[in-house]
Amino acid sequence: MSIITNINKAFDHRIRLGIMSILMVNEYADFKMLKELLGATDGNLASHTKALEKAEYIKVEKQFIGRKPNTRYSTTKLGEIEFKKHINALEKLINKQ
Amino acid sequence: MESKDYLKDISEIKDLMNKSSRFISLSGISGILAGIYALIGAAIAYWLVTEYSSGILILNGKIFRLVMLDLFLIALFSVVTGIILTTRKAKKNGANIWDTSSRRLVINFLIPLVAGGIYILVILNQQKYGQTGALMLLFYGLALVNASKYSIGDIRYLGFIQIILGLICAWLPGYGFWLWVFGFGFMHIIYGTWMHFKYDVKK
Repeated sequence: MSIITNINKAFDHRIRLGIMSILMVNEYADFKMLKELLGATDGNLASHTKALEKAEYIKVEKQFIGRKPNTRYSTTKLGEIEFKKHINALEKLINKQ
Repeated sequence: MESKDYLKDISEIKDLMNKSSRFISLSGISGILAGIYALIGAAIAYWLVTEYSSGILILNGKIFRLVMLDLFLIALFSVVTGIILTTRKAKKNGANIWDTSSRRLVINFLIPLVAGGIYILVILNQQKYGQTGALMLLFYGLALVNASKYSIGDIRYLGFIQIILGLICAWLPGYGFWLWVFGFGFMHIIYGTWMHFKYDVKK
């Protein structure tokens, strides 16, 4: 079952996959951008970003734009590597059938 | 999870990657209109020059200033039309008109274009106007190629064509006017029509 080994539990949710895929092609994304693209609620998105942050797959930067707080997300090197592994594993799994 | 779900995941990933990094609501019709403005503008310039200055364009003359105004109006009308039609299309698709992807597109488009524009104004001030047409085509082409990373790929090819036309124009400055007409006029119309049928009509 070598194929299964690379499937990463941390990515096994469509919101988390979505967050990662957006961050893979963008230098960074803020909370609002992720929310709009994924169509997720605040709480939902917050819990998924927290999970990815905890695994150190994404980096979170809090800052202020004017007076409004703004949270920026970007991938870490580890996150990129793990995400690529995960996608390759998915692809292999699909091609197997 | 079933493999069907994974397949859905993969296509969703691809879609999100495209949607988040590329602005795809550019309107094809605005390209066609920009081409038509360019043709009308070119006809006016041609008429001005042949009618009033017997084919010789004198810098700082009245005709020259009128031609510059003509050029400025073509650019202005094209940009305004582009913004209006693209906004309308974005709204229809439920896309955001001013988000990270469109901002990046505009910024990367403007960097070569503004640099080129300033350069052209500088050399016009030095009374060297022989290469203006070539430079406009070249810098516009470079701007398109640079912006293409943040939009659909077809813009890249339009950029390449403008660059090639610009280089030909630099080689044969005598045909500058006609190459300009071809690049800014006909190529925009062809490209706009192509875009319209490829992306707008289907939906």
